[in-house]
Amino acid sequence: MGQVTAPQGTAPMTGVNVDKLDFMTTTLDAAIGWSRKFSIFQYPFITACCGMEYMATACSHYDVDRFGAGFPRFSPRQADVLFVVGTISHKMAPVLKEVYDQMCDPKWVVAFGVCTCTGGFYDNYATVQGIDTIIPVDIYIPGCPPRPENVLDGLMKLQDKIQKQGLRAEHD
Amino acid sequence: MGKPLPSDYKVTESRSMLLNIGPSHPAMHGVIRIVAELDGETVTSIDTEIGYLHRAFEKSCEQGHYNVALPYSDRLNYVSPLISNIGYCMSVEKLLDIETTDRCKYIRVIMSEISRVTDHLTCVGASSMELGAFTVFLYMIKAREWFWEIVEMVTGARLTISYARVGGLKADLPDGFKEKTLTAIAETRKVLKEVEGLLNTNRIFYDRMKDTGVISKEDALAYGVTGPFLRSTGVDLDARRYAPYLVYDRLDFDIPVGEHGDNLDRYYVRMEEMQQSMRIIEQALRDMPAGDVAVDLAGHPAREVAIEADKMVDEAKIGHTRGFQQSVVTADPTLEGSSGAAHKNVYSTNKLVALPKKEDTYGNIEGLMNHFKLVMHGHGIRPPKGEAYVPLEGANGELGFFVVSDGSDKPYRVRVRPPCFTIMSALHKILVGDQVADIIPSFGSVNMIAGELDR
Amino acid sequence: MTNAAASILEQLAAKFPSETSELKAERGQQWGYVAKGAVKKVLTYLKNDCDFNILMDLTCVDYLHWEEKAERFEVVYNIYSMSRNERIILRAKVAEDDAVVESAASIWPGANWFEREVWDMFGVRFTGHPNLKRLIMYEEFQGHALRKDYPYSKRQPLIGPKN
Repeated sequence: MGQVTAPQGTAPMTGVNVDKLDFMTTTLDAAIGWSRKFSIFQYPFITACCGMEYMATACSHYDVDRFGAGFPRFSPRQADVLFVVGTISHKMAPVLKEVYDQMCDPKWVVAFGVCTCTGGFYDNYATVQGIDTIIPVDIYIPGCPPRPENVLDGLMKLQDKIQKQGLRAEHD
Repeated sequence: MGKPLPSDYKVTESRSMLLNIGPSHPAMHGVIRIVAELDGETVTSIDTEIGYLHRAFEKSCEQGHYNVALPYSDRLNYVSPLISNIGYCMSVEKLLDIETTDRCKYIRVIMSEISRVTDHLTCVGASSMELGAFTVFLYMIKAREWFWEIVEMVTGARLTISYARVGGLKADLPDGFKEKTLTAIAETRKVLKEVEGLLNTNRIFYDRMKDTGVISKEDALAYGVTGPFLRSTGVDLDARRYAPYLVYDRLDFDIPVGEHGDNLDRYYVRMEEMQQSMRIIEQALRDMPAGDVAVDLAGHPAREVAIEADKMVDEAKIGHTRGFQQSVVTADPTLEGSSGAAHKNVYSTNKLVALPKKEDTYGNIEGLMNHFKLVMHGHGIRPPKGEAYVPLEGANGELGFFVVSDGSDKPYRVRVRPPCFTIMSALHKILVGDQVADIIPSFGSVNMIAGELDR
Repeated sequence: MTNAAASILEQLAAKFPSETSELKAERGQQWGYVAKGAVKKVLTYLKNDCDFNILMDLTCVDYLHWEEKAERFEVVYNIYSMSRNERIILRAKVAEDDAVVESAASIWPGANWFEREVWDMFGVRFTGHPNLKRLIMYEEFQGHALRKDYPYSKRQPLIGPKN
């Protein structure tokens, strides 16, 4: 029976004697949810101005890497979260659908920026009025462009969603 | 194991390969589709397809009154939005034949140059990242954040700012702007020095950028290419020199010009342009006329009363407007620069164009009528019938807004001359003959901004 | 800014008196009208003899509801000369039923994409253009988007609902 000691300087878990701790039990759902939410491989589908705020969120000032989501995978086959960043025009819509279809389950979609949520103020002949008319969306981050704090808030909500879904990650 | 090939085997057919790059691709510059025909590793021809970010800017401007076009113009070149804002306002002011105040001109120059610096930081950072220099990207974005904090201090937003108005600016500069900007400039100079240390003598960077993406002077001029791209070929053409606008003729700055027209020269030109822009900002901060802080009460100092803005509005709504004209409104600290005194510094006094200050709007009937006439449907800014075009130096080249007015309160036609459109039309001259891997640095140095290209 | 020698307006008035009209300097720029059939001739003269080497912009304006304009479209050429530091903005009136103009792509290769965009957005055809197809909108799009009679919000989705 091995001894597990808490690292120097950390507070012990309340009610649990860490020195006697050999293993923890949890549900499979929670464990899988926990591991998925902290290893997000994003596919940043960047089109427009929101891309600048995406860059700012990903870089050192606001740092999305501390959430485990800092590694963009530029192939939809290797990604699990599709960040749709920026306005989607009708010319681009089939490309978005194709990229979404190429991703494997479980997959999540984040609509980043108000143009992807509802079309923004581009109520014209060229713009898709919200990408949820084409693909199912999990998290909507409004803003034109959203501040990096908004983005991180949306990311944390996505992580809560992933955690709750666990093994049942599917889209209805 | 299959049968071995016969000894007299000859190649009977060779075909080129079509490689489709985009529209969704890792290069962080924007959506574009390049179909490259390859013979082994060499690019033999390319076909560019654009229009994936067409958001109907020109038609949107025709739908509302003149100031409504400003948020749309922010999203054209979204890395240097202030230049587009100011360019549009200058064209409309040309139509109206009004002059802005001197202080407004200096502030416009400072904000344009800050935009130019953020544009070049993003361009060099992103294209370096694509070549593998990830640290450079992080450093450049760190420097860009400092400038965005300054822009946020002045305009309220980091990226899509809608700061300029026809006739002036939204608000004057807040307190502490000068010190913060000078600090940011000093820190950015250090970052640029670090980046130069990382890239200038880096074997990989140098080899990948030298003699790739070459365009000749004649080709560049034939395609209408302007800006850092043209200057890297050796042509000294900058709208701030050949068509001086705002206060550029009073400021002292150099135009960096390259020699070979390759990617490395464009990198050097952009790095040096950032230094020159920071030099312009320092001079403008020094030479800017001081804002009039004290309100000219036209001989009524004894009745000077300070009143808070929200109290003033509440009082005005129930009709207690006596004494407003002589009062000094103190605005909330988040609206610094928008109070009445500052309003006069940066906004034209032409009643046909500029909203009156709030003390007048709520304080007397003339101000209220003026505000009404400028804001309601069917009224508003009405330039005389005609057209105007003012060329500016955008971050990518000559930017100009061709505005046609039919005398009503809505613009009849707003055409933006996109600087990167001409560079993209010459893309086949740049990429053909190089290898596939050279597409990345060459395309990066084009600094294509899809918002401006597709409008 | 004009130089000491004759400005381009005077030169054009002297060389093409019947094909150009309303040459004037206004609001800081030099403007003029050129007859539709003489566009290529005048532009070639500007490029070769007057050293107007950069075509800055080529666009179109749709004057659908203006009573005083008999022709519906006006194609606008914005040309700049580096050596003379002069700019001229020439316009050619194009009627709706005969919306065809000679292409300037053989004079300035940069005109290629500009003319494709004018075809895409306005429906003005350019003869002699190497590759006149849509540039900004997709091929399946019906109509010309920047015309005044095309509704602002009329979407033609390729996929997804029509809303």
